[in-house]
Amino acid sequence: MSAPAPSVRPPRPEFRNIHAFKDLPSYRLPLAGIVSILHRISGALMFLLMPFIIWMFDTSISSEISFARFKSVFNQGAGPMPGWFVKLVALALMWAFLHHLIAGIRHLWMDMRHAVSKEFGRSSAIWTLTLSMGLTLALGAKLFGLY
Amino acid sequence: MAVNFGSKRIVTGAHYGLRDWLAQRVTALLMALFTLLIVLRLVFSRGPVGYDLWAGIFSAQWMKTLTFTVILALLYHAWVGMRDIWMDYIKPVGPRLALQVFSIVWLVGCAGWAIQVLWRV
Repeated sequence: MSAPAPSVRPPRPEFRNIHAFKDLPSYRLPLAGIVSILHRISGALMFLLMPFIIWMFDTSISSEISFARFKSVFNQGAGPMPGWFVKLVALALMWAFLHHLIAGIRHLWMDMRHAVSKEFGRSSAIWTLTLSMGLTLALGAKLFGLY
Repeated sequence: MAVNFGSKRIVTGAHYGLRDWLAQRVTALLMALFTLLIVLRLVFSRGPVGYDLWAGIFSAQWMKTLTFTVILALLYHAWVGMRDIWMDYIKPVGPRLALQVFSIVWLVGCAGWAIQVLWRV
């Protein structure tokens, strides 16, 4: 056995403590990595907005009167908050839910089929991003009354 | 007692093993099927989607029981997820414990509110 040839490639950068501002902008994240971090961000967003989600459940379902109030908050706003802002928050939640759901199904699929390869990681990441963005745009257009 | 685990287990307390991994997937599947059920009931409904239809979906006892289970699944799922986030990014023990306690209080409070709303319908 001969000794391996000395590498001519420059040493790979080594990250010990990742600095959010110095290292992250130059860190090239593959598409599967983007799906992964968005899965985490969307989950955290739904966690933080959970009171708003339950408020929507509460006002939409408690009574006819509260249902009317639910609609008016989305159309006319409430207090200093304009209706479009409430819709925008709801849109962010819709994206978060769709992305989390589809990326989660991707996870389950990978677990069941042992479909862990670089190619599948990339192609399924493209599917996840396309589907979640597409559905968010379609439902968002409905939310903002475009059709 | 025979030591059958690595020395790092006590220090990290990261719930080694299958339990949380599996719980995260089972609760996720339950919530995904629940979502499908709600979407189907809305899609295959007649007439405008108004209060009567929306509240009607949750009026049956079996639906309340199912939704109750899904709320508990969501509670546990979100706890595992948030705990993972705090464990990954927050290293000092004090702030991490504080954030984990906050997550539990937040989630249990939200679950209580959601369950109260559910039985108001």
